[in-house]
Amino acid sequence: MTDLRAALVLEDGSVWTGPGFGAPGRVAGEVVFNTGMVGYPESITDPSYHGQILCQTYPLIGNYGVDPGRFESSRPRIQGYLVAELCRIPSHRTSKLTLDDWLRQNGVPGLQGIDTRALTKRLRVKGVMPGVLEVSDKEPDLEQLRALAKRVPDLQARDLVAEVTTPELKIYNASSRRTVVLLDCGVKESIIRCLVRRKLRVVRMPAQSSAPQVMAFSPAGVVISNGPGDPQKCRKTIETAGALMRARLPLFGICLGNQILALAAGGRTYKLKFGHRGQNQPCLEVGTKRCFITSQNHGYAVDTDSLPSEWRPWFVNANDRTNEGLLHRSGLFSSVQFHPEAAPGPTDTEFLFDAFLERLP
Amino acid sequence: MSKPRKVLLLGSGALKIGEAGEFDYSGSQAIKALKEEGVKVILVNPNIATIQTSEEMADRVYFLPVTADFVEKVIIREKPDSLLLSFGGQTALNCGVDLWRSGVLKKRRVQVLGTPVETIENTEDRKLFYKKLREIKLKTPRGRAVRSVEEGLQTAAAVGYPVMTRVAYALGGRGSGICATPQELRAGLSRAFTYAPQVLVEEYLAGWKEVEYEVVRDRADNCITVCNMENFDPMGIHTGESIVIAPSQTLTNSEYHGLRAVAIQAIRHLGIVGECNIQFALNPADGDYRIIEVNARLSRSSALASKATGYPLAFVAAKLALGHTLPELPNSITRVTSACFEPALDYLVVKIPRWDLKKFARVSKKIGSEMKSVGEVMAIGRSFEEAIQKAARMLQVGMYGLVCNRNYSFRNLEKELAQPTDERLFGIAEALKKGMTVERIRELTRIDRWFLDKIRNIVELERHLNGRELKDIPTGLLRKAKQKGFSDKQLAILTGADEEAVRDRRQKLNIKPVVKQIDTLAAEYPAKTNYLYLTYNGSEDDVAFEPVGRKVLVLGSGSYSIGSSVEFDWCCVSAARALRRLGYSVLMVNYNPETVSTDYDICDRLYFDELSFETVRDIYEKEDPLGLVLSMGGQIPNNLAPKCRRAGLRVLGTPPEKIDAAENRRTFSKLLDELGVDQPPWRELRSVGEAEEFAGRIGYPVLVRPSYVLSGSAMGVVFDRRDLRRYLRQASRVSPEYPVVISQFILNAKEVEMDAVAEKGRVVVSAIVEHVENAGVHSGDATMVLPPQRLYIETIRKIRDTGRRIAAALDISGPFNIQFIAKDNEIKVIECNLRASRSFPFVSKVSGVNFINLAVRALLGRPVSCRRSTLDLNYVGVKAPQFSFSRLKGADPTLGVEMASTGEVACLGRDVQEAFLKAILAVGFRLPQKNILVSVGGEAPKHRFLESARMLRTMDYNLFATENTSAFLKKNGVDNERLFKVHERRKPNIKDHLLRGEIHLVISIPDPATKKEFDSYATLRRMAVDYSVPLLTNLQIAELFVQALAAKKPEDLEIKAWDEYR
Ligand SMILES: Nc1ncnc2c1ncn2[C@@H]1O[C@H](COP(=O)(O)OP(=O)(O)O)[C@@H](O)[C@H]1O
Ligand SMILES: Nc1ncnc2c1ncn2[C@@H]1O[C@H](COP(=O)(O)OP(=O)(O)O)[C@@H](O)[C@H]1O
Ligand SMILES: [Mg+2]
Ligand SMILES: [Mg+2]
Repeated sequence: MTDLRAALVLEDGSVWTGPGFGAPGRVAGEVVFNTGMVGYPESITDPSYHGQILCQTYPLIGNYGVDPGRFESSRPRIQGYLVAELCRIPSHRTSKLTLDDWLRQNGVPGLQGIDTRALTKRLRVKGVMPGVLEVSDKEPDLEQLRALAKRVPDLQARDLVAEVTTPELKIYNASSRRTVVLLDCGVKESIIRCLVRRKLRVVRMPAQSSAPQVMAFSPAGVVISNGPGDPQKCRKTIETAGALMRARLPLFGICLGNQILALAAGGRTYKLKFGHRGQNQPCLEVGTKRCFITSQNHGYAVDTDSLPSEWRPWFVNANDRTNEGLLHRSGLFSSVQFHPEAAPGPTDTEFLFDAFLERLP
Repeated sequence: MSKPRKVLLLGSGALKIGEAGEFDYSGSQAIKALKEEGVKVILVNPNIATIQTSEEMADRVYFLPVTADFVEKVIIREKPDSLLLSFGGQTALNCGVDLWRSGVLKKRRVQVLGTPVETIENTEDRKLFYKKLREIKLKTPRGRAVRSVEEGLQTAAAVGYPVMTRVAYALGGRGSGICATPQELRAGLSRAFTYAPQVLVEEYLAGWKEVEYEVVRDRADNCITVCNMENFDPMGIHTGESIVIAPSQTLTNSEYHGLRAVAIQAIRHLGIVGECNIQFALNPADGDYRIIEVNARLSRSSALASKATGYPLAFVAAKLALGHTLPELPNSITRVTSACFEPALDYLVVKIPRWDLKKFARVSKKIGSEMKSVGEVMAIGRSFEEAIQKAARMLQVGMYGLVCNRNYSFRNLEKELAQPTDERLFGIAEALKKGMTVERIRELTRIDRWFLDKIRNIVELERHLNGRELKDIPTGLLRKAKQKGFSDKQLAILTGADEEAVRDRRQKLNIKPVVKQIDTLAAEYPAKTNYLYLTYNGSEDDVAFEPVGRKVLVLGSGSYSIGSSVEFDWCCVSAARALRRLGYSVLMVNYNPETVSTDYDICDRLYFDELSFETVRDIYEKEDPLGLVLSMGGQIPNNLAPKCRRAGLRVLGTPPEKIDAAENRRTFSKLLDELGVDQPPWRELRSVGEAEEFAGRIGYPVLVRPSYVLSGSAMGVVFDRRDLRRYLRQASRVSPEYPVVISQFILNAKEVEMDAVAEKGRVVVSAIVEHVENAGVHSGDATMVLPPQRLYIETIRKIRDTGRRIAAALDISGPFNIQFIAKDNEIKVIECNLRASRSFPFVSKVSGVNFINLAVRALLGRPVSCRRSTLDLNYVGVKAPQFSFSRLKGADPTLGVEMASTGEVACLGRDVQEAFLKAILAVGFRLPQKNILVSVGGEAPKHRFLESARMLRTMDYNLFATENTSAFLKKNGVDNERLFKVHERRKPNIKDHLLRGEIHLVISIPDPATKKEFDSYATLRRMAVDYSVPLLTNLQIAELFVQALAAKKPEDLEIKAWDEYR
């Protein structure tokens, strides 16, 4: 294989070059960073990253190769990958292929050898921004990339959920008696695993499904999953959530699901400067002294003040006080901004699935 | 829990193998945390060299042994309402548990803060521990805790050999080991049972990975893991003996978080409040795990984790002990986010233990489940190669990195890899160089191939660069070499250029390190942190370098080792404080994770990085400080003086050329001659013949010092010509290239030191310290007395006068130390160091004059004066050495010209006897009950000891003695029973007596005037150490001990705080 060159140009004109890896090609996307130190295969396959170029702040990536058994969806979802140092000789009994080979086979370009901390600081100060990444066997044409970086189509304009939701209905644990419907906005497999492990029959439906379509399965409850992009774009899902609430069906939202519930309740959401992506976000359970370490991946947040009075914040981020979950007075509807299914990240809040289960009739 | 108002904090005493400087760090942080809340702190710690026992720290300090008797008396006196016992290592923990068990705490109404004592017992008692974990179905190794050898043999038979044995209530792997056969197990258990009544016998987890988590839990049950760490060396090598990497490198998400979840489950179930460490074995073949242990206290690992992440574990643990919860506490780095989080690192750290085994002739160099290392280094980088090469250099054992090390060879590489010694890391590099495959090395070492591949990258890069012309190396390759941790020196060796040329070249190509912050959140939040490191894997500095004129760069002391320990950290921290008080901003450089100087609130900027000239210069060029302080951190910074001079770096205080002049034996000797100051005759010699001729002329014994080729080339005393010849031939210690220095060895002389501060050649303050032992015992091992009790006024006057003249001649500004030999009112100078010495904290704290504060003013050229006398005190301070011989199997526990102690304590008393007794009790000496074994070599020493022997008899002690000593004593009317030596194989034999615990003290004194004595005495002393029987090996010490014993009863020893003496 010939040596690949790579360049990333951000909208602000800054240029980051180094050796390329993965697949040659040119991609555009929103550049974001994740501070997790483990779990790159999980992150890369998380559909919430759809449309984004991901930068890892931990410098050594690829150390234990790639184990498809740990994927959060069938394939990489990121547009491009940015690391300080790529490991070419992984070491782990579960590794089936190298990170480099995997990304190449899946058409994802990668850039290594850059100062990922400097890039992260830039994103932190200026906010996440679009960028163009090119990997090729020739020196990239920086002028051209610079021009392109200024004209990256706005992700907010796209209905990203529609691009990652399941096209057809899927049923897991078909023989179980209790059913939950999972509205798939780009769901991570681990959410399904957590539900299946609790002996639930899981009906995974496209995000655009209507309330009657959901009700047709007579579910005991509904889970609204994580997913990419601006929650306000998920008009259909918000509508469905609203209808389900009126039908007093127990709801549990995760990540994007938290935002959708807030919007369905009449609240507002807004874009964070650079989001929360990592495995160390502390979330306080409001009204208690309990604090949980959570896994997160989101760029938008719920404006707590905008919520009607029958809702209250359930969790709040101990660092920046942003909303991390909602609870309806009835106890029927709840949601969290973080990922109780973990993968990657700490498993401390997996008990929330049990709590949801307990609320089911 | 009632809100604590007055807290008693227990320290860890002297530094010893397994329990070192990390507890000064944790105790100091605890004090800070308590005082912030207005809680009064009473500290018991006899380690006078620590920062925690300094003026600005605790409200009250007791320099007393951390044992139940003494601490109880302090409790009675001080009436504290609470006790903190998890900040002083195993010493404090065990003392606290004793006080609790005996009911003292209950009786005196003292509550234990933080983790409850029941929980501590459940973790320290290996049987209860396994029971607790099995309750919630967590996995532990197969096996059980036994209380007898027989029970152990049965367990092993069921588990299958090899088995692992581990002792309860211990640390540093004390008494643990792998046993392959019942015979080995029998021997292992006999020894183990002398440490504790309970020993774990279990399956040996060969080849499993060892992984640790640092866990914090509050009383609201919030529980986080602050850091995980992966051992490079698999199970079987103590974590303290392993190279450790944080965060883990080869664990997947499910392994990392799976173990994390188990850790939290275990810690919650055990009920820890505060900080603890949990160790796991992880099977690389199937991902299965076992819990090895939980240390319910701050530990070496927690100090490492604190420094690795920037998360102040000890500080937070203290806050939690006071009843706070995690979410209430702020992250002290960002100050805006919460302390309830888990740091995200965007760099990695590599810790390597620092051994000093070459100092001990007969000690096995093999490493295993028992700790032998005396310190550690931590390197930070953004590539593994960068960090590990830095760490290899930080050891300061003559390595330039992982490769390019000259004078390095292994006799049997495969054996080195399979049965590791302290040099295995370098063996791996060597094996790769010789073409051994990574796979083969993995088989032999069971080290994960990820690490081995990284080492191979370094070896390949070396091969690639080797023999190239510097100017032909492409920019990209040169940059890559720096990114993989190659120093300029390594590149100089590979290209045949000199170091300066390499530096010029890379500067020209703009290949320079960048400065990065450690901010606990991987840049996610803006952090005001001043915790910094250098890396070549980056393109921009995180901090700006403002041209303020009042910056001072203070160089720390590096890794602890024998001869350089917490005392220099005290000097550095005191200097930093003094500088800041005077309005200077302090930049500190150090890389020892066990120190307080590497706490980022001690200085304005902390560079956690190398103390090599290259790195110091890189920092200097970026920061452009007013000047460097080389005189506080011991020999490592001091050694940079000539290079600083050549490169024109500003050095504060004594001009570097004068430091050179004092360091260089020849120029210094010439200076002494010019000043008319006497010195023992010496000569530098280049052949065996020359050496013999000179030694014959000045007369034996002589002291021989080989040139400094590689570390560990020991000096020695030789007693005749044959001895000299043997010594010099061995390892060809003399050649025209590497001459030896021979000096007359002066017998029966006293050794005296002067610690002082001068300003522009004028002595401002000085302290004269008397050694109890005669000259010939290294000053670092000597028992010191201040003020001197047995010196002639005349001698004192001469010493002062000589000090004054030397200070003037060398134009000294700053701290210095001169060592003298005094005999019959004549003094001779043996050494002069133009830096703070090991005893600065001792003299400062005993006299009440902080020498460092004065020295700092002198360095800055500010007016200095001191009125207080260090001679006229109405109490006495005695400093006693702490030896770690029990950890060093095979070492002969005697004293000589090479230093062997790992730490020290000092106590105060109304007179020398009282202070001495307290001090030896503080280093773990137990007073004899009844039976004392005496063995004194040589005629004159026997006569000298006679008086002491008589006193012992008067005090009703039973004396036992070896052949000649016994006869001599009998002849002189001192009753005693002869015991046969071990090899004499006759009864009554010493061995049986020792084994049965019937000897309570061994006094075994080698004849100072003859050459090598017989091995049988070494065996005797060794047995005493192995069976934990107190031992005295020096005549002057034995005499002082007997006097003290006669003069004082333990219950009469005064319980008085430091401030009450002054
Ligand atoms: N079952 C075992 N098999 C192999 N090695 C072990 C086993 N148990 C402990 N060890 C090794 O012994 C070391 C010391 O044991 P540990 O219980 O941690 O002692 P300490 O409390 O003194 O630190 C560990 O770090 C590990 O390397
Ligand atoms: N000429 C001498 N006669 C007797 N003892 C000596 C003599 N020179 C040194 N010593 C002893 O050896 C010890 C170590 O020597 P020193 O030169 O101070 O070595 P270091 O540089 O390691 O401190 C001294 O503390 C002293 O006890
Ligand atoms: Mg332990
Ligand atoms: Mg241990």
